Amino acid sequence: MSSILTHRLFWPVVMLLVLFAVNLVAFPGFFVIEVKDGHLFGSLVDIVRNGAPTLIIAVGMTLVIATRGIDLSVGAICAISGAVACSILLGSPNPGSVGTVVTAVVVAVAISLVLGVWNGFLVAVFGVQPIIATLILMTAGRGVAMLITEGQILTVNSPPFKVIGSGFLFGLPVAVLIAALIFTAAAVLTRRTALGLLIESVGINPEASRQAGVRSRGLLFTVYTFSALCAAIAGLVLTSNQTAADANNTGLFIELDAILAVVIGGTSLAGGRYSLAGTLVGALVIQTLVTTVYTVGIPPIATMVFKAAVVTAVCLLQSPTTNAVIASWRKPIAARFRKAAV
Amino acid sequence: MTAQNPVVSMTDISISFPGVKALDGVDFRLFPGEVHSLMGENGAGKSTLIKALTGVYTVDSGRMTLAGEDVSFSGPADAQRAGISTVYQEVNLLPNLTVAENILLGREPRRFGGIDWRAMRKRAKELLTGLHLDVDPSSLLGDHSLAVQQLVAIGRAIDVEAKVVILDEPTSSLDADEVAELFRVIRELKSSGVAILFVSHFLDQVYEISDRLTVLRNGKLVGEYRPEELLRIDLVQKMIGKDIAVLDDLERRTHSGQSGGDLDGERPIVSAIGLGRKGAIEPLDLDVYEGEVVGIAGLLGSGRTELARILSGVDRPDTGELRIDGVSRRFRTPRAALSARIAYSSENRRAEGIVDELSIRDNIALALQADKGWFRRIPKKRQDELAASYIAALNIRPANPDALVRNLSGGNQQKVLLARWLAVAPRLLILDEPTRGIDVGAKAEIQKLVANLAENGMSVVFISAELEEVLRLSNRIAIMRDRRLVADIDNDDLTVDSLLAVIADGSVASGATS
Repeated sequence: MSSILTHRLFWPVVMLLVLFAVNLVAFPGFFVIEVKDGHLFGSLVDIVRNGAPTLIIAVGMTLVIATRGIDLSVGAICAISGAVACSILLGSPNPGSVGTVVTAVVVAVAISLVLGVWNGFLVAVFGVQPIIATLILMTAGRGVAMLITEGQILTVNSPPFKVIGSGFLFGLPVAVLIAALIFTAAAVLTRRTALGLLIESVGINPEASRQAGVRSRGLLFTVYTFSALCAAIAGLVLTSNQTAADANNTGLFIELDAILAVVIGGTSLAGGRYSLAGTLVGALVIQTLVTTVYTVGIPPIATMVFKAAVVTAVCLLQSPTTNAVIASWRKPIAARFRKAAV
Repeated sequence: MTAQNPVVSMTDISISFPGVKALDGVDFRLFPGEVHSLMGENGAGKSTLIKALTGVYTVDSGRMTLAGEDVSFSGPADAQRAGISTVYQEVNLLPNLTVAENILLGREPRRFGGIDWRAMRKRAKELLTGLHLDVDPSSLLGDHSLAVQQLVAIGRAIDVEAKVVILDEPTSSLDADEVAELFRVIRELKSSGVAILFVSHFLDQVYEISDRLTVLRNGKLVGEYRPEELLRIDLVQKMIGKDIAVLDDLERRTHSGQSGGDLDGERPIVSAIGLGRKGAIEPLDLDVYEGEVVGIAGLLGSGRTELARILSGVDRPDTGELRIDGVSRRFRTPRAALSARIAYSSENRRAEGIVDELSIRDNIALALQADKGWFRRIPKKRQDELAASYIAALNIRPANPDALVRNLSGGNQQKVLLARWLAVAPRLLILDEPTRGIDVGAKAEIQKLVANLAENGMSVVFISAELEEVLRLSNRIAIMRDRRLVADIDNDDLTVDSLLAVIADGSVASGATS
């Protein structure tokens, strides 16, 4: 009992279940999943599919935050990645061919990796504070995307490209499969190797880690580059779903949602111990919130306030002060239980 | 002077923290117009006493009077209002504000609800002139040297009509001229009747400036003295103490086996040749042979930690060379030193040693894992074996490899840290204050371990403020004083007294040099 209550995923999961319950009341068909044309459809599927870009970015963000860093540039990298892919597709005589789409994706990802290396370079080599280092690209990045799209919204018509964001494979949305793949890859890569331990160690105590021979510079490069990779893929999913690259709006504020997902998931912004499973729950909470707004019929103008209220609740529930209060309640309750048992 | 009434009088002061009695029935008096030095090694209770006096800590028991009246401060601001000002070691002013703003921060002269800038500059200028300081009040504080910043901090302290000014290690980052300037200001303050509480680990300065000394050790008062009546060697003895009567079981077996003298002809595994770093240690030579324990003795701030950090690649030397097995090596990082199997265990266990939110298992495996790189993860089974064997060998409590190191006692944290370094099988293990702040039992265990390691061929550099400990374990003792290596002596017939003589005077007694 007590181990469940103190588990760091306890409150995020409770919050998710509460949101599900609210949705179920407002919309009895919330949990229904239908199979149409061999594809899965339903509210839950929508939540997972629409939440995929946030989850993908939040996975990269989790590792960055674990090193005591933060990556504000992911939204801008989304826009750049989408802009690069779309401009290649539009510039090609045959945007519908698989070869062209592969080229567009590879180039978009490669350029984003370079941007990630740039972030890593500023943080690891020059010791620029991560929030400042990535703020540079956050502001400049959308400008770069504007230059690539020449200020236009680039609408593409390429069936293979559209598959990334809105296609189905084995009955599941491709975007969800991509998110699952990245999530699993990150989990395996950090937990089956020593990467996770070293990242946490650097995040908890950089100087002790240095004296123990941990190569923090290489680790920082790795996490910022990985974060940019995630952002690039999320950008492709978003762009593909909209069938258009919009330098101004693709991935706008997604960095904030990703950071929220990480924080809701119980990873501290102070760095150190991280939980990818927590981030998964966090991303689902955020996306379920958005859905709840529609099912419950909250006016769109109140959406932001509603979201803020829920996030505040989760953060307060996770705070050390709240935990201390709960611990102090629990003692007498546990004592009463014991008495009752006797 | 004693005919006067003391401005501050603290009687039978005790302060406890969980598990530690930081101050135990200490008496302290401070008279107007005197410079009074508070002496003691780390953990003696100096800073606790200062924090009690400045209202940072509340005392558990005891009586405190200021100018004859009973006082108990609710906080630092309260103490400051009563006339007790403190200038801390790290200048805690704001470098991005002007000198005048810093001096009068929080007490700005006001006019029509706003700040009267002209009056403020004028007031600051008066104060600075009073200290014979030629500093423009409207210049940015950060543009001045640390010494001037320190003096500005003193200016700020005396602006509050201070009766008492506390200077905590004010000279640690100043050069000789700057110290002279500071002392001139201190003497002026003194002649105006201010009582000055001075804390410094530089004995020369203490003897130059102080009228009286109070010595603390392990939270207890050792005594109050006049510098002219107390030989330096006696002072050092009183600070360090000689009453550590534990460890009867640990024989001086280090002397039965190899000692520095028996190793003639062998090549040292590590040798420093003219190794130095500006502001840390003067260039020095030191050899360490296989299976030998080299003790480093010296007071706090003598350069003993700095030497260890340079030997282990934590800091880079700017002169001289370091030879490993006779080959000149340049360690740019601790990682490079570790790959040459030189491990350094920092004196700063919390800040630079343990990774407190990780488990015992992870902490033990960390250095070995870092050496292998991230891809070649030490298999879980091997990690468990490592943890289990070190938990058993070093008697780590709790014996649960999943326990977070944060929740361990100081002694057990130290053992986990030792296990981390032992796991990389170092040839040279540099231990900086490995027994500081840990209980007697754990201390004995760690000392035994060091002796065993050396018997098995590992070389150890052992740094400790406790001379008994250094004497008990070392084959050879290097003595540091004021950032210089002043002696390198075989530990044949050394005693605490002969070591103290070298530490205090910097000269080697009758031909004991090796």
